[in-house]
Amino acid sequence: MNTEKKYLKLSGLEPLVITPESNFINVGERTNVAGSRKFLRLIKEEKFDEALAIARHQVDGGAQIIDINMDDGLLDGKEAMVRFMNLIAAEPDIARVPIMVDSSKWEIIEAGLQVAQGKCVVNSISLKEGEAQFIEHAKKIKMYGAAVIVMAFDEVGQADNYERRVEIAKRSYDVLVDKVGFPSEDIIFDLNVFPVATGMEEHRRNAIDFIEATRWVRENLPNANVSGGVSNVSFSFRGNNAVREAMHSVFLYYAIKAGMNIGIVNPAMLEVYDDIPKDLLEHVEDVILDRREDATERLLDFAESVVSTSKERKVDLSWREKPLQERITHALVKGLDEFIVEDVEAARLEASKPIEVIEGNLMAGMNVVGDLFGSGKMFLPQVVKSARVMKKAVAYLLPFIELDKGGESQSNGKILLATVKGDVHDIGKNIVGVVLGCNNYDIVDLGVMVPPEKIIQAAKDENVDAIGLSGLITPSLDEMVYLAKEMERQNFEVPLLIGGATTSKAHTAVKIDPQYKNAVVHVHDASRAVTVVGDLLNKRTNQQYVGDIKANYVKVREGFANRSSKKEYVSLTDARKNKFNIDWNSTTITKPNFEGIQVFEDVDLTKLVDYIDWTPFFRTWELAGKYPAILKDKVVGVEATNLFSDAKMLLAQILNEKLLTAKAVFGIFPANAVGDDIEIYGDVGRNEVEAKFVTLRQQSKKKEGIANIALADFVAPKETGVEDYMGAFCVSTGFGTAELAAEFEKDHDDYNSIMIKALADRLAEAFAEYLHEKVRKEYWGYASNEVLSNQDLIKEEYKGIRPAPGYPACPDHTEKLTIWDLLSVKETIGVELTDSLAMWPAASVSGYYFGNEKSKYFGLGKITEEQVKDFSIRKNMDLETAKKWLNPNLAEN
Amino acid sequence: MEDIRNILKNKILVLDGAMGTMIQQYKFTEEDYRGEKFKDFNVSVKGNNDMLSITQPEAIKTIHGKYLEAGADIIETNTFSSTTIAMADYEMEDFVYELNFESAKIAKEVADEYTAKNPNKPRFVAGSIGPTNRTASMSPDVNDPGFRAVSFEDLRVAYKQQAEALIDGGVDVLLVETVFDTLNAKAALFAIEEIKAERNIDIPIMLSGTITDASGRTLSGQTAEAFLISVSHIPLLTVGFNCALGASQLTPHLEVLAQKSDLGISAHPNAGLPNAFGEYDETPEMMANQIKEYLDKNLINIIGGCCGTTPAHIKAIAEIAEGYKPRLVAGC
Repeated sequence: MNTEKKYLKLSGLEPLVITPESNFINVGERTNVAGSRKFLRLIKEEKFDEALAIARHQVDGGAQIIDINMDDGLLDGKEAMVRFMNLIAAEPDIARVPIMVDSSKWEIIEAGLQVAQGKCVVNSISLKEGEAQFIEHAKKIKMYGAAVIVMAFDEVGQADNYERRVEIAKRSYDVLVDKVGFPSEDIIFDLNVFPVATGMEEHRRNAIDFIEATRWVRENLPNANVSGGVSNVSFSFRGNNAVREAMHSVFLYYAIKAGMNIGIVNPAMLEVYDDIPKDLLEHVEDVILDRREDATERLLDFAESVVSTSKERKVDLSWREKPLQERITHALVKGLDEFIVEDVEAARLEASKPIEVIEGNLMAGMNVVGDLFGSGKMFLPQVVKSARVMKKAVAYLLPFIELDKGGESQSNGKILLATVKGDVHDIGKNIVGVVLGCNNYDIVDLGVMVPPEKIIQAAKDENVDAIGLSGLITPSLDEMVYLAKEMERQNFEVPLLIGGATTSKAHTAVKIDPQYKNAVVHVHDASRAVTVVGDLLNKRTNQQYVGDIKANYVKVREGFANRSSKKEYVSLTDARKNKFNIDWNSTTITKPNFEGIQVFEDVDLTKLVDYIDWTPFFRTWELAGKYPAILKDKVVGVEATNLFSDAKMLLAQILNEKLLTAKAVFGIFPANAVGDDIEIYGDVGRNEVEAKFVTLRQQSKKKEGIANIALADFVAPKETGVEDYMGAFCVSTGFGTAELAAEFEKDHDDYNSIMIKALADRLAEAFAEYLHEKVRKEYWGYASNEVLSNQDLIKEEYKGIRPAPGYPACPDHTEKLTIWDLLSVKETIGVELTDSLAMWPAASVSGYYFGNEKSKYFGLGKITEEQVKDFSIRKNMDLETAKKWLNPNLAEN
Repeated sequence: MEDIRNILKNKILVLDGAMGTMIQQYKFTEEDYRGEKFKDFNVSVKGNNDMLSITQPEAIKTIHGKYLEAGADIIETNTFSSTTIAMADYEMEDFVYELNFESAKIAKEVADEYTAKNPNKPRFVAGSIGPTNRTASMSPDVNDPGFRAVSFEDLRVAYKQQAEALIDGGVDVLLVETVFDTLNAKAALFAIEEIKAERNIDIPIMLSGTITDASGRTLSGQTAEAFLISVSHIPLLTVGFNCALGASQLTPHLEVLAQKSDLGISAHPNAGLPNAFGEYDETPEMMANQIKEYLDKNLINIIGGCCGTTPAHIKAIAEIAEGYKPRLVAGC
């Protein structure tokens, strides 16, 4: 069955599957007595607890495999290997990753393999002692169930040029695959990383030959992997770390491009490729790629200058020479946190009270940020980075301020923020919090799903100056109305700010503003928050400002009343007569290849990346424009590109370290329409109604020839006798998001905390797209020949639709309850519904599948009370409840 | 007889149910267990079910017959604990070859009888290889986590002896089951590979792990996918799960296997979770209903029962499986 490419799969307590999307698998090497004197000493002294701590540190630090080596003349290597691996097996946080059993002695390797339940890597075997022994060892390794590193070494010696590397790799591969039957994907070649720039003519091509041989192996030896120890390459520059780091990153850059996918790299000895100064980069590349006769001498000469000035050369640090205040401002504007503690400490020593550093130095910097942001010269992602620096600085100062006790910080005001009851979406709210925080407001953030009593209580306790409410789903609008009423009842005077994706100026003006006689302001996006709050709290001018807003909202209300009275609606009976007609005799209905329910527990996130629609991601960060054109946009292009690269980096980390889990459940069922309902059958005979979807019909008066659509129109009516089908689904990539965001917040890193949520949302949408394609092409299979690009998918150019309850075609959120019952969503994948029927985790998507080629997305628009009554009867729901849920769609009388 | 590999492509095969549950109904005494052969044996042997293949062969044959009558395509030999390691408790290490050989022989006899009656439904014997009562990757001593009560080499030798005797006795398949420690299973698989190479035979192997509880991991801590990767170096007929959980609790873990593996998938769950008295009380109908979900989801190639299941359970399962096609290899 599986004739496609095969991937190396390893395991500890958990799996590690190495695919082309895994980037580069880093092997932890500190548990190697040959490489770490400290580890050797600990093993010799039998301080195993401390030795285990080293292993744990490696895993915590991101090592995806740990290399264990006990080859030392003064150790009983076999005993030490068994002992240490047994101890690791008892530590689940270490044992979760696979182990690389590393020894030059076969008996130690075999002893290691005998105590590992997971699939290890043997490091290493080679043809050095001849083919017979090579085969014997490989056969044993296969029976123990391990992958193997094969050194480029044979009876003649170690491969030290391109031809020899290729020759030995080819021969080893053929012997392993043909004579031993070793799985090709379990072969990892170590093609010998040797030093360059040694001054010896024959070493000139050491790096480039490795890289080229790597390319050859990956192109010619199917499924084989390539690994290597990187630090060797720079051996001749010991003592000059600036050059070594650059050499490592250049070497890796080209080796990874050529296909090296596993290796031992010390992350502390690595420069970011793009950050290598241009002149140094050129000299290093000349050496690594052997581009010039005199490359080595030129690098040696150049290296001397790098040594003397290495600090300054690394990046442009000239701003460090400037006066203290300019340095602080620079750090805040550029979002650089590297020196901020140092600078803040200097400022603290100069100041008479530590609080002055915040009020003076830091606020001066943040004012620049605020001005640049306000004038459109800085963008939201940059501001959030600035906030990260600010928070770090403040965190450093706080203990001093508390010691000092003298000063109460003079903030601009205290703002309470909350996502209302039943709603879990908080990206926008968090951005507002950060932006206001940057502008010296104290933020009281109550989090998500906050009940109104708690908001009221906290507002009183904290004596706040304004309350900001956020929400994304439609039921949240009612929560906001309720809160406005409560504030009025309890004689509040502070302004109420309204924000979030479903909120609007119209809704705020029509529904919320009349409930509260003090200020109510709809804040369209985060960048407006600062000016709005500033105007509201400005004691001199706020009366005028609030008056203007109130007057404006009255106008909006009047305009709205006039507009809605013009709208004409037809009776439900007439709307049903004018339904969307499909000729059920001629339309194609494909019997699904799969009927029933399918659950996916842990889908490979890398498969989803190609399905991401990036445009909404930029919208989240308030950068306007379509992806990919936005990256070249005249105004926001640079910032969009930076943001995109940060996003890509975090995404790579999510994928590599499997930080998020993708789960899904979907079902395809026999179904027929009965009136505006769709019956889902539990049996082939279509007698048992397992579930009933209740759809809503457009009621606005249409032009001649335009139908009043309901989703039920896309499924064959029962009376036609045509056997039709429909599906439902829920996907989530949100598992893990909250924990990661909390981790980032702990480090005062709002930027990444917001980023992770934004990415999880994108992945969830991508997952819905991916699953829909699977359903169209395979599970249902009505579009098995479909070939669409991601652009086509974004434009929804596929056949059939996947509308989601709570969105325009079916704004009724309660249909989610039906989906949850039908698919056992909570029980199978753990996605839950809140009181307001928001999905938790937030990065989840649910909906229906309609397969008919005529089915299309539409907006329901407003409906009349007649249909709400009819709906409440069909739903078996009391009228008041039905009205509450459908309120946003109810036409005004 | 047609090769089980071919039959498996077209049909869901049914494995039998619990042996222990059936033996309990006989209420055998110490004397019954001993029989003639072990009349003067020096330790108490009551409860050593595997030895009944020697001392009460008719009872064991009758139980096999009931499962075959119920519709099982594969019956398991009465050898779950027949290794020198597990038999040490009864000091019966010296009889291990005989236990396995005799158990295989009588199972094969009954199976052949049923195959002769209806050659269109050939019956197979799976040699049951249990986990032993020791674990190679965990310490029994909480104060000494590096200690091990059994080594890979001990296990390899013991498993090799058991597997050889089962093959000599005529089993068609080897079933390494109730794997709670993957390292034990790897030793068993290593031993079987040795036998295959030495005898130049290609006997099919079924491997069945055990997810201990709601953590979704084996007792030795692996996730379902990590378990699968750790045993995928051996060509297996099927991989699956049995014991510890009932059919419905097993579903998500089977789904992981079905998604991540190209192999056939087997399941033999318990009749639910044990009640307060340690008894299993899921009825055949209840269990078959849950197994219908596997079938609807197209997860399964071999299906049977573990603790608490009876011929009535197997009959209900066989009837419901009849109408379904086996799982085709596919993934998401």
